[in-house]
Amino acid sequence: MFDIDNWAEIFSTIKKNKMRTFLTGFSISWGIFMFCVLLAAGNGLRNGMQSGFGDRSVNSVQYWGRTTSMPYKGFPDNRPIRLDSKDLKLIEGKVPEADKLSGMIFTDVNANYGTRNTSSSFVGINIDYKGISGLKIKDNQGRFLNEMDIKEKRKVAVINQRLKEILFGDENPVGKLFIAGNLGYRVIGVYEESSWRDGAQAYIPVSTAQLLYREGYGYDNIAFTLKGLTSKEENKAFEESFRGKLSVLHFFDPKDERPIGIWNQLQNYLEFLGIFNGITAFIWIIGVGTLIAGIIGVSNIMLITVRERTREFGIRKALGAKPSSILGSIIMESVFITSLFGYIGMFLGVGLGELVSSVLESPGMEEATRMFKNPTIDVGVAISAMLVLILSGVLAGYFPALKAVRVSAVEAMRAE
Amino acid sequence: MIDLKGVNKTYYGGAALHVLKGIDLHIAQGEMVSIMGASGSGKSTLLNILGILDTYDTGEYYLNNLLIRNLSETKAAELRNKMIGFIFQSFNLINFKNAVENVALPLYYQGISRRKRNNIALEYLDRMGLKDWAHHLPSELSGGQKQRVAIARALIAKPQIILADEPTGALDSKTSEEVIQILREVNKEGMTMIIVTHEHSVANATDKIIRLKDGVIESIEVQEGCLI
Repeated sequence: MFDIDNWAEIFSTIKKNKMRTFLTGFSISWGIFMFCVLLAAGNGLRNGMQSGFGDRSVNSVQYWGRTTSMPYKGFPDNRPIRLDSKDLKLIEGKVPEADKLSGMIFTDVNANYGTRNTSSSFVGINIDYKGISGLKIKDNQGRFLNEMDIKEKRKVAVINQRLKEILFGDENPVGKLFIAGNLGYRVIGVYEESSWRDGAQAYIPVSTAQLLYREGYGYDNIAFTLKGLTSKEENKAFEESFRGKLSVLHFFDPKDERPIGIWNQLQNYLEFLGIFNGITAFIWIIGVGTLIAGIIGVSNIMLITVRERTREFGIRKALGAKPSSILGSIIMESVFITSLFGYIGMFLGVGLGELVSSVLESPGMEEATRMFKNPTIDVGVAISAMLVLILSGVLAGYFPALKAVRVSAVEAMRAE
Repeated sequence: MIDLKGVNKTYYGGAALHVLKGIDLHIAQGEMVSIMGASGSGKSTLLNILGILDTYDTGEYYLNNLLIRNLSETKAAELRNKMIGFIFQSFNLINFKNAVENVALPLYYQGISRRKRNNIALEYLDRMGLKDWAHHLPSELSGGQKQRVAIARALIAKPQIILADEPTGALDSKTSEEVIQILREVNKEGMTMIIVTHEHSVANATDKIIRLKDGVIESIEVQEGCLI
């Protein structure tokens, strides 16, 4: 099989039929290239979206008060609903699915340190929030809020990287005092960015926030994590019963959906996964379709090639070529062409993915990576796609070749 | 050299066609024989059987004392390669190979190295007076030149017999004469040669004219002292 002379014979055939070789090769390269690019694009989209979820706990829920849309038991409509400590008690006492729990207060303040200043959003939380959002303190950059901070309503802040850069530059901010609004806050730690937010932000004790910015009463949002809910249906059912409990607590019509806004991370995640599985399936269908188009292209060209060469095969047979030698040369030629051009296509496809990926990872592209990240394809998948192409190249060559070989030399030589 | 005993051949395509009806024929080593006959007389079929390109139904065909019968494609290919040289009306050169490569092809199937077979091919082309055209493609050669390349190719494997099917059918009379001259010379060196033709000028240049009619041998005419 690996006789150098056989290869020389095959190469001379390939070299003298450049157009045919190019057409075959192109359809293969294109098929595998598009396959790789499509799958890589799908992966990029998926990775981008997935990274958007960051480290936040996927089974967390946040809800907030809005206004009623229906009059209820003597109360008029358009009544604002405010969340407060009763909500926390309700969840602790009557919502067994809830685990970690934190009230939240949002406020925008002007932060300054020395001559530097920036507007920044402060979020009041308690210590459970760490487990809800998946916050992480950077290595050797201080600590998170603790019980004492909350209890004593300390004016301390865990700031994000962006706020640290603006206010403190290269200085170590931990222990430093900065001014927010008219009040001094001490930095106790720097946390790792979740990839969504890159505005200047800081977490402060919820008790402090409540005292300073909400006149000591109520919460803007309440966040908690859920245990034991895995499916979309379970989450829907939970949301419904939870709304019912809140309607009793806040005196609004149980049929009224407006008073409470709910953000269910798991449900969003599941929906996202559902959409994504759809997109992935769609991309695979197109990718496999392109691959099949490549295969059909190869088969067609092989069919034409063998037909074109029927006469040549007849001559070769008359001169003493064994059927196996003709069959072998056609198959080796087709395997060689499919492998070579398949490799080129794969190389270009995977290479493009890697190139885009490295461009996206370069500084200044953070915005883009929210949608699209790491658009690369599993090399195993690319190689299997290529093996499929090579195999189909073999079959595409084999069947017409077998037919051609069975034609008697006399008849074959009569063919034009 | 060649012995046919009661060879019959019938084609079964639609209506059965009994093409050869008991051919008995003996051709000795070194003879130059022509086969003539109207179209449909079975002369091409006979040539294909002699060239192991086709099979026969009954009878016996001995080539060099070897019974040619029920051979596998592979075995037939081997025998064709070693024992038979073909010359065709339409030359049947491979159009993307140059003259040397075409001539060398039978040796490729004998597993002879590229360099060696190309050197041998060059020698044969030289004998045909085509050394300067060795690297031309068939499309760059005239009809006579193409046929001379084909003759070189038929000779290169040093076969037992040369089978020529209308070797001058596609050539003008002057080139035809040249080609016959070459064939005659090859025959003089001892090569057995069988030529199917319908041209009397070609037949007259051979030792023996076998006339076929409706699948049987009508006559065998021995031409004494035939020389051009």
